Amino acid sequence: MVEITYRDALRQALHDAMVADDSVVVIGEEVGLYGGAYGVTKDLIRQFGPERLIDTPISEPAIIGTAVGAAMTGLRPVAELMYVDFLGMTMDQVGNQAAKIRYMFGGQIGVPMVLRTQGGTGRSAGAQHSQSLEAWIMHTPGLRLAMPATAGDAYHLLRHSLTLPDPVVFIEHKSLYARKEEADLETPDAPWGKAVVRRRGEHVTIVTYSRMVHVALDAAKTLATRGIEAEVIDLRTLNPLDMATVIASVNRTGRAVALSEGVLTAGVSAELGARISEECFDYLEDPVLRIAGEDIPISVSQALEGSSIPTVDLVVESIEKMVR
Amino acid sequence: MSSNLPLFDLYRTMRRIRTFEEHVGELYVRGLSAGSMLHLSIGEEGAAAGVCAAMKPQDSFTTHHRGHGIFLARGAEPDRMMAEIGGKETGYCRGKGGSMHIADMALGHLGANAIVGGGIPHVVGAGLSYKRQKKDAVSVAFFGDGAMQQGILYESMNMAALWELPVLFVCINNQYGMGTRIDRATRSTAFDKRAEAFGLKAEMVDGEDVESVFQAAQGMMDAARAGQPGFMAVSCFRFYGHGRMDKSPYRSAEEEETGRKRDPVAHARAGLLARALATPEQLDALDAQIAREMSAAIDFTAASPAPPLTSMFRDVYGAGQPEPEPARSRIDRILARV
Repeated sequence: MVEITYRDALRQALHDAMVADDSVVVIGEEVGLYGGAYGVTKDLIRQFGPERLIDTPISEPAIIGTAVGAAMTGLRPVAELMYVDFLGMTMDQVGNQAAKIRYMFGGQIGVPMVLRTQGGTGRSAGAQHSQSLEAWIMHTPGLRLAMPATAGDAYHLLRHSLTLPDPVVFIEHKSLYARKEEADLETPDAPWGKAVVRRRGEHVTIVTYSRMVHVALDAAKTLATRGIEAEVIDLRTLNPLDMATVIASVNRTGRAVALSEGVLTAGVSAELGARISEECFDYLEDPVLRIAGEDIPISVSQALEGSSIPTVDLVVESIEKMVR
Repeated sequence: MSSNLPLFDLYRTMRRIRTFEEHVGELYVRGLSAGSMLHLSIGEEGAAAGVCAAMKPQDSFTTHHRGHGIFLARGAEPDRMMAEIGGKETGYCRGKGGSMHIADMALGHLGANAIVGGGIPHVVGAGLSYKRQKKDAVSVAFFGDGAMQQGILYESMNMAALWELPVLFVCINNQYGMGTRIDRATRSTAFDKRAEAFGLKAEMVDGEDVESVFQAAQGMMDAARAGQPGFMAVSCFRFYGHGRMDKSPYRSAEEEETGRKRDPVAHARAGLLARALATPEQLDALDAQIAREMSAAIDFTAASPAPPLTSMFRDVYGAGQPEPEPARSRIDRILARV
């Protein structure tokens, strides 16, 4: 076990992957000399040089498109998209190209690349730099999607992403980079695609991922002082989506909360809610409750920003009302 | 023009493309073609044959909506191509790609693309791979004049020039982006100037004359192989509409008549005869043999099976990865609950 930040765990994963596999290259804006907008690739250029830490112009569609072509011809590119909000610019290369090439071409070739980006709120970065767009990715068959909540997962999910035959969108959370915790860099918490129960409980299951795992755990702690034991499931990857772990838990607790930072409507929490309703109907004592971001753009005002996404208080209050 | 150029081979390639396209159009009209999309490249044979003849076996390329001719010029088998366009299991992509998404890794075909400009950055990535792997290969992006108005082209040209990649951009200017003539799509058609502004070697060529295209492409490919990426705009005229059923109401009969006089196949034939490199009888025999080959491709397509429904869930993800759950099994599982 080591004490490490989420940011450093990501850098360590890139470092170790680049040592292990000469075909791994990092390509993106400011990934080299600058060291990444959030410092994830800091200093890697010193060890691996500009041939493998490839600084690009500010040309998001071409960065992703270049990674697609490189992945098809023998490299294992890690393309960095500085903010997930820029996905809109690149959605042709992500959704029409990377995601579909294997299928369209009858299985001849895949696109083994990782698209690293970060999303979410908490840095007062405004409406165009704070979104949670994971539902866009989940909605596109052919893309894998990892969203680590812990330093250990930041390391292991990224390392594993770089062994997969398919394009992986890897969304980090901008408010987690500085978070420091004990992590086991030798052994992952669970295999790729398996959810992890972060806290055991018998009264309600909170299904979540990324930073909301910590919101759920804080809420569960408070709820425990009031006699309610919440089980917290960290999905870790949204594609694959480990419904087996979710179903087993909800069938035991009888109640489910789908918690997501992304907006409510047609979002990840909607998908989780629908699936749990279908799969666990006979065990549910209450309708599945979605707790998600408000259906509004994110404000720069910290007061508005912080209140527009699920808070610990909101989760605690909602679950208290639900269970009592 | 020197006589040691492979004009006879270029003619044969162009004639095969012309005849393939005529036959594939027939496939479509007979209802044997998959889907509603079929874009013929008749009139553009000089661009496809000329550039592909300058490519080496290790080179790769991406194409666009109108890429049948390029793939054939590269050596694709007409029967597997036609079967793919027909959505059959025996096609290059097992019937899942069709006309606009055909690909073949063995021939370096990194994919046709149904998004205007969509495949252009992939050659930049391929060029990056080749440079890093120290491979003696060039990647060529083929696209139409429609893509000259797409931002992704300029991002890609900038990166290729900046990083001195072994890449060639080939614009086949058939004068039309779907139904909009180039002079209604852009004020300036000096496409070479745009490329030069990024630091690319650039040239404009007349696609009616396949030998000119071939010579220009050879120079461009040599330069690209040495790390000087290039851009070629090959001017030609699209004989028919955007899609097979498009009757071109947006252009006049006079314009079509004039345009169709720019016929690279007829031009090459006349060149062969004028220089006594072939006799009319030889060329007629060749044409007839090609017609038989393409008819056989139609028969092959008609006789080929459709892909099995079980293949529907295959190849969404790589080998060893779980396949998506079919709707019927999910619904049955949910409705069978206790």
